[in-house]
Formats: sequence, structure tokens, C-alpha cells
Amino acid sequence: MNEQPIVFCKGGGCTAKLGPGALAHVLDKLPPFSDPNLLVGFDHSDDAAVYKLTDDIAMVQTLDFFPPMVEDPYLFGQIAAANALSDIYAMGGTVKTALNIVCFPEQMDLNILGRILQGGAEKVREAGGVLAGGHSIADSDVKYGLSVTGILHPDKVLQNNACQPGDALLLTKPLGVGIVCTASRVGEASAEALDAAIQSMTTLNKYASEALAPFGVHACTDVTGFGLLGHLNEMLGGRCGALLHWEALPRIPQALDYADEFLLTAAAQRNRNHLEGKVVFEGAPFAVEELLFDPQTSGGLLVSLPAEQANEALAAIQALGLPCGLIGQVTAEEPGMIRVVR
Amino acid sequence: MQYQLDARGKQCPIPVVETKKILAQMTAGDTVTVAVDNPIAVQNLLKMAGQKHLPAESRTISPTHYEVVLALSEESLASPAPEAPAACIPAARSSGTVVVLSSDEMGGGDSVLGKALMKAFVYALTEQDSLPATILLYNGGARLSVEGAATLADLKLLESQGVEILTCGTCLNHYGLTDQLAVGSVTNMYAIAEKLMQAGKVIRP
Repeated sequence: MNEQPIVFCKGGGCTAKLGPGALAHVLDKLPPFSDPNLLVGFDHSDDAAVYKLTDDIAMVQTLDFFPPMVEDPYLFGQIAAANALSDIYAMGGTVKTALNIVCFPEQMDLNILGRILQGGAEKVREAGGVLAGGHSIADSDVKYGLSVTGILHPDKVLQNNACQPGDALLLTKPLGVGIVCTASRVGEASAEALDAAIQSMTTLNKYASEALAPFGVHACTDVTGFGLLGHLNEMLGGRCGALLHWEALPRIPQALDYADEFLLTAAAQRNRNHLEGKVVFEGAPFAVEELLFDPQTSGGLLVSLPAEQANEALAAIQALGLPCGLIGQVTAEEPGMIRVVR
Repeated sequence: MQYQLDARGKQCPIPVVETKKILAQMTAGDTVTVAVDNPIAVQNLLKMAGQKHLPAESRTISPTHYEVVLALSEESLASPAPEAPAACIPAARSSGTVVVLSSDEMGGGDSVLGKALMKAFVYALTEQDSLPATILLYNGGARLSVEGAATLADLKLLESQGVEILTCGTCLNHYGLTDQLAVGSVTNMYAIAEKLMQAGKVIRP
């Protein structure tokens, strides 16, 4: 009974993120930096920082790390890396270098760390980047992630909040991975559900980003710890409203069953609290509400693009093989409000 | 009856999961008082109470100690129970009995005989008046819940009667059977340890 995974996975991934309310409170107190070359800083609540180096090249930087959300260290490494790399794709960039970030208990089997790093390194390679180093700390719990640097053209930065009224909203991965991992942690997830979640979480957003490059995307972000509604709220930026069609949400089907069994995270409830008064549910079942607040680890890209390009863009994403969908529209009415309808 | 649950120090969804287990034992007029250590857990418990139409209230004892009291009333019993699949023959499931199948053979000795005995044992389980709450399959037992296993049909029958069938994921993986699990769900050592610790009775044939 000395199996390491008992202590390995305590419910991690993006469910371990600090709540959006708590974070904004602290960030607001930091002194503002100003540099004309800083195109996107954290005052934007965007996915990654973008710094212009020359007229043709901007550097895009991000870091992400978290505790394990699955029992298998190798898969955890893949998922954590795919999640960290995702921010580069959400900005429209190309991955160049990555550094490992590691917290690991001294008494734990080092082979586990080896498997984590192997999974991560394979995803960096798949992304076309170079793993260039890292930093590790002895800690009571396992945590892993990457600091990633990419590049893009300064004029082609995909901001997360430049959506326009009339845009269609496209989501490139299924929702529900947080709920499924939570159910799995208490032994109540089916093998199919967990497999679907792992397949989604280990898939790089590189492919969706490349498939969407030909389209006139107005805004893009990756859906992670704040759930679909939290990230959509940031995308709307208080300037636009949104209509979401809950029946059109791509999802892991079992996630709704597990939500009905109340296998819910604290993070989802924090997301719900944060968005109080900003979301109206019209007849959506309880489980769908939970799906929309569910923190996603290595979630898909949420894309706002001209409605006339929506079907063609959807077909390009569908060809990648994961559940995806056109989930709603950006509206001019009710700025800052998200209305969830059938 | 008044139940108490101290779920302090436990992360969501554990407080809710453990509260659900107590609710399943309660009858009308019973209450359960759940202690938790953060307000988010209070909200998640109240959310469940709201969905299940259970009267509930919460109080703050200190910034790291909260209590939620949930009651089971006649009215809440009358509203549709979310656990409908298991409720069809609830009396037939002996609460807290866990059957452990840690090998695909029953007893030591001849291997062919051992396999036949195990098949007969699982069949005999289906014929019992009182069914176990859970069947745990690990190590060689993981071969019993996969495609082509002689015990599969009987395990499916047990599952359809509300018996929880849990197979160790590490073991399926070890035997290369991960894709072939055909009944119940995959579990992990944390859940196995918890099931065994909380079992009223453990049966190891």
C-alpha cells in the first residue's frame, strides 16, 4: 500500500488557482509600470505579457504551474505543459523557449519527477519549442509547470477583450474537465469520462490557433481557472454583452451527471461568487450552471470572430477532432451581462 | 437522530461527498451537522441542500470553523430523489459491506478450479438477499471486470441493482486492460483505502 499516487494528486490543476476576486484586490495595489514597448501587461488581465522588441518582433511571455490533477505523473507533466504553452497560442504567438518550474517533496520517489518532466518536455517539443532550463524547489506538495517565451508580430497580437458586437463565439475544447477530475479524485468518474478529459487537457491549443489563423479573429483567450463565464466576462470587458446557448456547449457528457452529484470544486463556487449579478440563467439546469463555472485545466480557446466566418472556422476546428462548438454571440445590449439561454 | 460530521481540513468536494453518504442513511426528522473550515464549503453544502430541497442553515463559529445543519423532512423525501438509480431496491443493499476481489481465483491450489470458484462466487453474490454496497477489484481481481471475463455479466447485474463496482486503475494499466474495463468505474488507492476504512464489513473470498 505504499503507492505514491495517494499523496501525488490532491485536487489540482486550475482548480487550485486563487480566486479572481482575491487576485484583483492584490494586483490593484501594485504600482503601475509604463513602457511604450509593453503592449500587453497584467493591467489587461490578458493571458500573457507582450513586449515589442523591434517593429517586426514582439516577445510574448507567460508562466503557469499547479498541483497534479491526475494520478499519472507523465500525463500530469503533459497537461501542465500544454496548459502553460496555451497562453502563447491565446495571444497568437509561436513558442520559442520554455523553462521548467518544479516543486517536489525531498522524500518522494525521484522517478515520479522524471516522468513529470518527460511528459512536459514532450509537449514543449511538440509545440516546436526548446526546453532551455528550469528551477526546482523542495516543497511539501508536487507542483509543476513552465515559463514560456514566444514571439509574434507586434501588429498581430490577439487581445482577450477586443470582441465586437455581432461576433460569434467559438469554443475549441469541451467543458467539464474540472468536474471530471474532481469526480475521479473521489473515485466516482468513469474511465470514459476521465479519458475524454485527459485527451482534451493534453491537446495543445497550437492546432486550434493555427487552424484559426486565416480568419479575422477579433479576440481570443484560453479558458482556464476562471471557467468559461469568468473568461468570457473578461473578454466582454464591460463594453459588450453576450448570449450563450447552453445546449450548444461542447462538453464531456458525464460532467453533467457528476455535477448533479455535487462533485464540485471550491474554485467553481469562487467563480460563481465573483460573477454574481453578471450572469442571467434562463432555464438552464443546475448542472449546466456548474459546467459554465467549472475551472478548466488546459481548456480550449474562446474566440470572438465575425459571424459570417463562424461556420467555416467551426469546420476547421471540428477537423481537429475534439468536441467544439459555436456557443453564442457578442451583443451591444446589456454591456457586461452574460445571458445563458436555450 | 442527529448526525455529526467533522469535515474540517478536507477540500471540496469531500465535505459534500461525506455529507451525501450520511444523508443516504437518514430518515425524516433526522438532522446532520457538518463542520467545515471555509465559507466556500458552506456555500457548496447549501447549494446541494437547495437542489435536494432540504431545509438547511449555517452559522459561523470562528473564521476557520463553520457549521451547516441539514434536515431531512417529510416534504424533502417526497420531492424526487436525485439518487433514483440506486433507490429502486435500497433495502436489498447491505450498507457498508465491501467485497474485495484481489485475484481472479478463489482460494489457493488449482488455478482452473480457482477461476471456476470465483465465477461461481460472483454469481452467488447476485442471488443474495442482501447485496454488498461496493465491490473492489484490484491486482488479479482487475481481470474480472473487463471485456470477455466470465464474471462480467454477473458484475453488470450487480451494478444494475445499485452495487458500486470499482476497479483499480493502476492494476488495469499494469495488466494492459485499461481500454477493456466493461463494468463500473476506475478507482484509485485513495478511494480504495477510504472504502475499506469506512466499510462496516469486508468480505474477501
